[in-house]
Amino acid sequence: MAILVDKNTRLIVQGITGREGSFHTEQMVAYGTNVVGGVTPGRGGEWVGKVPVFDTVRAAVEATGANCSIIYVPSHFAADAIYEAADSGIPLIIAITEGIPVLDMIRVRAYLDQKGVRLVGPNCPGLLTPGEAKVGIMPGHIATPGPIGVVSRSGTLTYEVVDALTRRGIGQSTCVGIGGDPVNGTSFVDVLGLFEDDAATEQIVMIGEIGGTDEEKAARFIAERVTKPVVSFIAGRTAPPGKRMGHAGAIVEGGVGTAEDKIAALEAVGVKVADHPEQIPDLLV
Amino acid sequence: MKLHEYQSKFRFAEFDIPIPQGKIATTPEQAYAIADEIGGPVVVKAQVLVGGRGKAGGVKLAKTPDEAMQQAQAILGMDIKGLEVTKVLIDPAAEIVDEVYLGITTDRAARRTVLIASGEGGVDIEEVAATTPEKIVKMHIDPFLGIRRYQTHDIANRVGIHRENWKEFYQIAKGLYDCVLASDATLAEINPLVLTGEGTLLAVDGKMVIDDNALNRQPELAAQRDTSDEPEAETKARESHLSYIKLDGEIGCMVNGAGLAMATMDVVKLYGGTPANFLDIGGGAKAETVATALEIILSDPNVKAVLFNIFGGITRCDEVAKGILAALEEVKPDVPMIARLVGTNEKEGRELLAEAKMITAETLSEAAKLAVQAAQSA
Repeated sequence: MAILVDKNTRLIVQGITGREGSFHTEQMVAYGTNVVGGVTPGRGGEWVGKVPVFDTVRAAVEATGANCSIIYVPSHFAADAIYEAADSGIPLIIAITEGIPVLDMIRVRAYLDQKGVRLVGPNCPGLLTPGEAKVGIMPGHIATPGPIGVVSRSGTLTYEVVDALTRRGIGQSTCVGIGGDPVNGTSFVDVLGLFEDDAATEQIVMIGEIGGTDEEKAARFIAERVTKPVVSFIAGRTAPPGKRMGHAGAIVEGGVGTAEDKIAALEAVGVKVADHPEQIPDLLV
Repeated sequence: MKLHEYQSKFRFAEFDIPIPQGKIATTPEQAYAIADEIGGPVVVKAQVLVGGRGKAGGVKLAKTPDEAMQQAQAILGMDIKGLEVTKVLIDPAAEIVDEVYLGITTDRAARRTVLIASGEGGVDIEEVAATTPEKIVKMHIDPFLGIRRYQTHDIANRVGIHRENWKEFYQIAKGLYDCVLASDATLAEINPLVLTGEGTLLAVDGKMVIDDNALNRQPELAAQRDTSDEPEAETKARESHLSYIKLDGEIGCMVNGAGLAMATMDVVKLYGGTPANFLDIGGGAKAETVATALEIILSDPNVKAVLFNIFGGITRCDEVAKGILAALEEVKPDVPMIARLVGTNEKEGRELLAEAKMITAETLSEAAKLAVQAAQSA
């Protein structure tokens, strides 16, 4: 067991013939992910390695029975790609694309909510269930199967933490990157709920950062719903207000979104918050 | 990206929002000519990208063209919070009977666009929100329905706009929302929206922030960027697609990934050092990008040591190492450099750097400690 992706995932890659799409398709196939097809409009009939390319998501789904799609298409076409996946009956969409305008994401999120489709991302490293499926760009070799669920708003910081766990012999059930944008598909609360209900997950690591109030919402959810131990790290204690720290969502505005507030909210509900990422393994039970 | 008051208001006008018929002056003589053309009392307003212009003396009333020229003379060249005033907006002075606040922004928590209004116009809305939140009215906008007439009636009712002005208010609120959509704005505000002596509504001051992620589909707005409130190094970084923010500390940081970059700064601070910057070289950075990034870090004279923290995924450690070596050739830095490279091709990367006699570390904590020591003994 794991959450969201596993060996039953039948994945298609939207934007498979692009630079990122083709490179990561190879990586995902090499990891053992069941990549059943790809989509690039106008390139149907071609192959990327042993993966067939289709013109539309509908054609890909009909031919392959895909149940998950990953999106590598450039930011200005990404919203359209997400709508296409949702309209073609894909229940789980992972958007790696960075730089999608926020007004596009507001419409995308409202549309997906109506359809009951789950989106992870955008601007995220994707999902990794060690030993089963890698859906995204996380380096597979740093992860190992085990009982820790990892959820994070960032990319390389997630790798740092997963690597620290693996080096200490602590494996992961699933690693989920939810992305660093202000409006995204899946929140900390969503993933915490999935980990809580997942038999393979015994403890949870949650990596947050400055900006927004998702960590505070997560703290309230942990108090109400989560029985498994949660360890956290919040990046951006030294970040000045009013400055966007790389991620569109990582900004302290109008006094909202400071690391101090988030740490206080989490500690108040019994979450152990690490001072630095390498300390996380020490705080697990 | 922030827009100036005049840029915002001229944009509003394209969406049928009534604004004062003012013009921009860069010299006192132009100010005189504009005031003369307007023919009545005018307001001379400094155009700088910071709040609190009025308190700093950057907004003045002038009854005659001569006075307008004198005020412009005083305001042009003025320093407001570290920014030099190079432009003034000359607006006809409005007779203010009442004023309200009207803004549209993104409500992250609700994942919706939100219309915000308050009867407390003309003052800092964040302060109103903090001290008297009951005076703020919020209404979410469904992206598929858009702004509806009844919503604006409800808001008008709650912030004290008379029903004679409701039709106008609807047009202004709808215009502002259309402007937000057409401009990819993450914030558009009219503060204050004034009820004039003639009994009509007028957008006297305006502000807009454009989504940085949308600038390549908003070329007209992107061309309006004013980089004067941005440190030169940040402008250079932006043009090289690097994300760089200058801070006040001593340890320069070069990291791949925004979250890891923030965490690296935090760990530096934890071990008693102070970060000189935030810098994310992004995913898959090539040697050239790394070299530019190092030049930018070293252009800050406060930097006493540089810490490289690279976790290779898409980014390959040997590419970064090559970039560091190339940059060292060009820049010839005289500060100690500490590198921690892990992940894809880490072995090759470390071998390259060992030849350059750089201090290397295995973990982030170790690297941060070494950087702090190096900066302190420098």
